[in-house]
Amino acid sequence: MSRKIRYVLIYLFLSIAAFISVFPFYWMVVGSTNTSLDVNKGKLTFGNQFFVNIQNLINNFDLGQVFWNSIQISFFVVILSVVASSMAGYGFELYKSKGMKYVYGGTLLTLMVPFAALMVPVFRLMTYLNLIDSLWGVILPMIPSVFLVFFFKQNFQTYPREIIMAARVDGASELRIFFSIVMPSIKATYAAAAIYSFLTSWNAYLQPLVIIQSQKKRTMALFIANLASGYKPDFGLVMTAVVVATVPALILFFMLQRYFVQGVLGSVKQ
Amino acid sequence: MTKTFEKRRNKWGWIFVSIAVFFLALFIFYPLIYSLYLSTFSTRGVMRNFVGFGNYLRLFQDNYFIQSLKNIIIILIIQVPIMLFLALIFAFLLNDPKLKLKRVFRTALFLPAVTSLVAYSVVFKMMFSTEGLINNVLLTLNIIKEPIRWLLDPVWAKVTLIIAMTWRWTGYNMMLYLAGLQNIPQEIYEAAEIDGASKITQFFRITIPLLKPIILFTTILSTIGTLQLFDEPMMLASGVTTGSSVGPGNSLLTPSVYIYNVSFKYVPNFGYASAISWIIVLIAVILTLTQFRVAGEEK
Repeated sequence: MSRKIRYVLIYLFLSIAAFISVFPFYWMVVGSTNTSLDVNKGKLTFGNQFFVNIQNLINNFDLGQVFWNSIQISFFVVILSVVASSMAGYGFELYKSKGMKYVYGGTLLTLMVPFAALMVPVFRLMTYLNLIDSLWGVILPMIPSVFLVFFFKQNFQTYPREIIMAARVDGASELRIFFSIVMPSIKATYAAAAIYSFLTSWNAYLQPLVIIQSQKKRTMALFIANLASGYKPDFGLVMTAVVVATVPALILFFMLQRYFVQGVLGSVKQ
Repeated sequence: MTKTFEKRRNKWGWIFVSIAVFFLALFIFYPLIYSLYLSTFSTRGVMRNFVGFGNYLRLFQDNYFIQSLKNIIIILIIQVPIMLFLALIFAFLLNDPKLKLKRVFRTALFLPAVTSLVAYSVVFKMMFSTEGLINNVLLTLNIIKEPIRWLLDPVWAKVTLIIAMTWRWTGYNMMLYLAGLQNIPQEIYEAAEIDGASKITQFFRITIPLLKPIILFTTILSTIGTLQLFDEPMMLASGVTTGSSVGPGNSLLTPSVYIYNVSFKYVPNFGYASAISWIIVLIAVILTLTQFRVAGEEK
């Protein structure tokens, strides 16, 4: 096969794949501008129903409150989870005592535990802590992220030790070294971790499903699930809600994409 | 370095890991142990009877549980290899320095990984409804003669789930492979090219062997992910079938969905739910160890 034909085929293949990847996003946006009937028929062109749909969602379903609940959850999960995980990753990578290695091993093992397996005990724990139907009941269990601890530990492997040594010689405390020297110098890693953490918490479904009970505390995922599972859902409304839930994630991703790619690359260096 | 200095340093290490370890202990270790304890009881509301291994024995005769295991095993065997192979091919093609528009393709292919599981499942449910978009397109293009009952037929329901999951997760895995490919010097490919190795040979002889650790990593992540499958079957099945069946003939019932139903939907039996949970944890551990073993032996 000549080079040229080969590249034409590669471009064709990648273009088809890219089209399939992006198409549902297009359809989702188109759907939010159409009526339920049009969405159901698979209409592929823009309509003029977007403001009708969004107003309907805000007035009849309290979309604003739902959105705000999700924002609060994600905000606290991102901050707390990223700080705790990066500190732990740093600790595990830089202070390797024997006990520490065992604890790290144990931490990695929990990657294998599905949340479904923890659901019942976590539910009972939350009942005990009086956090059922509270946003904190959703936030707290999402703080420990084994994946992020692992991710940060991998990234700290390549962090120049000389900088830490030099700071120690200058008499900086260990915490100060971490917070004012190490942390600000690996922004890409933090950006990648923040996206990961945001996506996980913003999109979480099972945790809030178990913990949240009242309409007022619902998250976007619960809201969409509910809206879509009726006997005859209004597809236009569902699509609009899906767009509202997806746009923040997309904006954040595009804003931090450059860092995100760098951060992921940093974590897989062997 | 003196011993006391070393000790003081270690103390700092523990301080650094303490917050994460505290939360891990509280929300993962403790619940896990507690659920092992709970799995020896049969619970109905506040009533609680010690049954020892009774719950585990009951699982062997529980058709729903067996069905849920069969379902995820089928999905695991079909979906994971398709997805990982596709992801590898995309990563391999996008690693070619001569390829233009790399960034555009990379972003487009990764985009599905940004969506919420609930949101994309709902979108797929609409696309694959019997009068929906996919059937319309296939009918118009004359690929099919009559509409496929995607979500109303047990086999097609699984196919839909597999298509949806592949759409959502392929780009995610591609990203991990791309990251891994950064460590393979481009010169190896150039040398192979000069030696006349075709792209296909390069893919199988260079890319796959050198990416083995990451392929193992993604296989394990995907296996665990599939064992935990919850959001997609819940959404794809909701409102489509009547009664308590999850998908037509429970074709979309997964262990996680079943645990949820046993705990919160039917008369709650937390003890029995805990036993199911532990079986899933055990399967995850066994599969992970097996995958490590297989990867280790091939080296």
